Amino acid sequence: MLSVFDAAEVSAAVVDAGARGVLARGAGRSYGDAAQNGGGLVLDLMGRTSFDVADDGSVTAYAGVVLGDLIPGLVAKGRFLPVTPGTRYITVGGAIAADVHGKNHHRDGAFGDHVRWIELITADGTLHRLARDGSFDEQRIFYSTVGGMGLTGVIVRACFDTIPAPTSAVRVDTERFNDLDSLMAAMVAGDDRYRYSVAWVDGTAKGAKLGRGVLTRGDHAQVAEVYGQPLKAIPTGNAPKLASPPIPMSPLNRLSIGMFNEAYFRRAPKHRVGEIQGLAAFFYPLDVLAGWNHVYGPGGFLQYQFAVPDSGADVVRSSLERLGSIGAPSFLSVLKRFGPGRTRSPLSFPIQGWTLAIDVPTRVNGLAGVLDGLDELVLAAGGRLYLAKDSRMSPHTLESGYKQLDEFRAVRSDLDPRGVFTSDLARRLQI
Amino acid sequence: MTDALSRPTSVLLVGGTSDIAIATLHALRSPVLRRVVIAARPSEGRDAVMSDLERAGYLGVEAVDFDAADTASHEAMLDASFAAGDIDVVLVAFGVLGDQLDFEEHPDHAVEAAQVNYVGGVSVCLRTAQRMKTQGHGALVVLSSVAGERARRSNFVYGSTKAGLDSLASGLADSLHGSGVQVLIVRPGFVHTSMTSHLAPAPLSVTAEDVADAVVSGLKRGATVVYVPATLRVVMSGLRHVPRAVFRKLPI
Repeated sequence: MLSVFDAAEVSAAVVDAGARGVLARGAGRSYGDAAQNGGGLVLDLMGRTSFDVADDGSVTAYAGVVLGDLIPGLVAKGRFLPVTPGTRYITVGGAIAADVHGKNHHRDGAFGDHVRWIELITADGTLHRLARDGSFDEQRIFYSTVGGMGLTGVIVRACFDTIPAPTSAVRVDTERFNDLDSLMAAMVAGDDRYRYSVAWVDGTAKGAKLGRGVLTRGDHAQVAEVYGQPLKAIPTGNAPKLASPPIPMSPLNRLSIGMFNEAYFRRAPKHRVGEIQGLAAFFYPLDVLAGWNHVYGPGGFLQYQFAVPDSGADVVRSSLERLGSIGAPSFLSVLKRFGPGRTRSPLSFPIQGWTLAIDVPTRVNGLAGVLDGLDELVLAAGGRLYLAKDSRMSPHTLESGYKQLDEFRAVRSDLDPRGVFTSDLARRLQI
Repeated sequence: MTDALSRPTSVLLVGGTSDIAIATLHALRSPVLRRVVIAARPSEGRDAVMSDLERAGYLGVEAVDFDAADTASHEAMLDASFAAGDIDVVLVAFGVLGDQLDFEEHPDHAVEAAQVNYVGGVSVCLRTAQRMKTQGHGALVVLSSVAGERARRSNFVYGSTKAGLDSLASGLADSLHGSGVQVLIVRPGFVHTSMTSHLAPAPLSVTAEDVADAVVSGLKRGATVVYVPATLRVVMSGLRHVPRAVFRKLPI
C-alpha cells in the first residue's frame, strides 16, 4: 500500500505499476475484495483531506475525503450529503466508484446522480477532467467510472451537489409490521411521501412471522419542528467510537441473534409519528461501534445484497425462507425500494424495484449452496448483486446480472489496454 | 482468487491422477471453479482422468506434463500452469510408496523414491511458493503422512521421504506467514487408494474422500496442519514419546 498525495504522485505510481497492477482504495469499507489487489499496488489517497463547499451547496473534494468529515460544514450551511450509505466512514472516491445508495434512492437516486465532474488519472498517467455534461467521449468515461469499482483509473478529485437540510435533525415515522407482505405493501404505498425510507427485517423470524420488520421513514426536519424540542447535542461529525476488539469466539449464535432480533422488533413502537432524531442516530446507527463486524468472530461474515425489479418481489420472501431453512442467523437484514437505475453506468447496481441486504456468518453449513441457488432466482427475476458487497458470486452471475458488462469492458480496454488497473474482485469475476 | 466461502476459482493438481487429488478436486468443486490443471506424466491414466473430468462437467480442464524425478522440467511445468492466470490452490499429491524390503535390498530403488517424494517435493513446493508470493494469495496443500512423524521399522524409507517433505513444508509455512499464502500440511494415516490396495489396512484407516474433506476444512480454517482422521493427532503425539525399545516392537 502506497500513500499518495497529489496527482503527480498518483500518475507516477500508475506509470510505474508492475505486472500485478494498481488500484486506488478509499476507506476500505467494501465487504469483499473490491479494494484489494493481491501481489500488486494499492494506493491510499486518504492523506489529502481538503474540500470546499460553494455557495450553491456543491462540494469539491479530494477523493480521500471521508463523507463524515463533510457533514459538519454542510449542516452549518443548511445542506446535507445528497446520498449517504449506512456508514459515514467512506470516501468521496469510494462513493463514486461503488455508486453508493442510501435510504433516499427511491427519490434522489445514487451518489453518482449528483456528481458534476470527476478528475480521473488513467492508465497512461494523464489527468482527465470528466464532466457529466461533457463531450461524448468524456461522458462515456464519466459514466463508466461511476460504479466502475476503480477499474477505469484513479479518481483524485470530484465535485458533487448537495441537498438542502434546514436542521441537523430528521423527523421520523416508525411502523412495525408482523409479516413481510404487510411490510412490503406499506413500502409500496407510502415510500413516495418520504425522502428517506428503510426497513429492518427480522432475519430469524419464521412461519407466519417471516419477514416481520420495522419500517423507518423520514425527512429533514424544518426549523419550526425542532424549535423548543429537548434535543441533546446532535452528533453530526465523527462521534467518539466504542472499540470492538477482535474476539476469538463469536458471542453471536442462533440463540443470541434470535434474541436480539426479537428484542429489536418488540422495542420498536407499533406506530410512532414525528419523532425527531439526530442525523447520526438516523443515518449511522452502526457507526457507534468501530469494527462491529468483529462480533461474528474469526470466521467472519459476508453480506448478500441483491436488487430485483418489482416483478421479482417474491425473491425477497424466498431468500429469507431459504436462509432460514439452513438456520443462517442474520443480525442485520435491510429491505429498501430503489427508484430507477442509471442505465448509462454499466456497473451501477441499483435498478428500480427492491433491494435486500442480509449478512450471515460464513461458517453456516450449506450457505454456499443456498446462496448459489438464490443467485439463480435473482437472475431469473432480472436482478443482480452489488459488487461493493460481493465476495462469492461467479463471473456468470455478474455477466447475467449486468447486461452492459461488455460496454464497460470496451471502455476499460480503450483506456487501459494493458490492464494496469485491477483488483482481486476484478480477477475473481473476470471483469 | 478464493472467495469468502473459501472456494477456489483455479486449482493445480500436481500428481493429478492420484485418488486423493481427484477426491480433493471433487470436494473443492463449486460454481466459481473455472480452471483445473492436471500435472502428471502423459499416460492413459491421465487421459482417463481428463475425460472423466470433462464428462463430469468441469470447466477449463487442462493437462501439463509433469515428471516428479525430472526437477529440471518443473519450472516449465509451473510456468505453463500459472501463465493463464492466478492459481488459488496447488495440491502436491505425487509420491511413491515402494516396498521396504525391496528398498533395503536395492538401495537404488530407495534413492529413486527419495528423488520423487522428497527432492521432487522440494522443487515443486519452493517454485510454487515463489509464484504464490508474487500473486499475493493462494494455498499450497502438501500431502505428507503420519509415516513421516516417527519412522517405523516397517516403512522407514517412505517415512523418511515424507519426514523431509513435511519439514520443508512446515518451514515454508512460517516463511510465507503474512504473505497471503497458506501452506496446509496434510498428515493422513492409512488411506484406502490404488497405491495401498495391496496392503492390509492399518487401524484408523480412511478413504480419499476423508482426506479431501479434511483439506477443504483445513483451507477454510486457515490451518497449517491437519491429521486424517483428526484423532491421529493425539495418537501420534503419544507414539512420539513411546520408548524406542517398545516402539520397535509395536505391530505398526
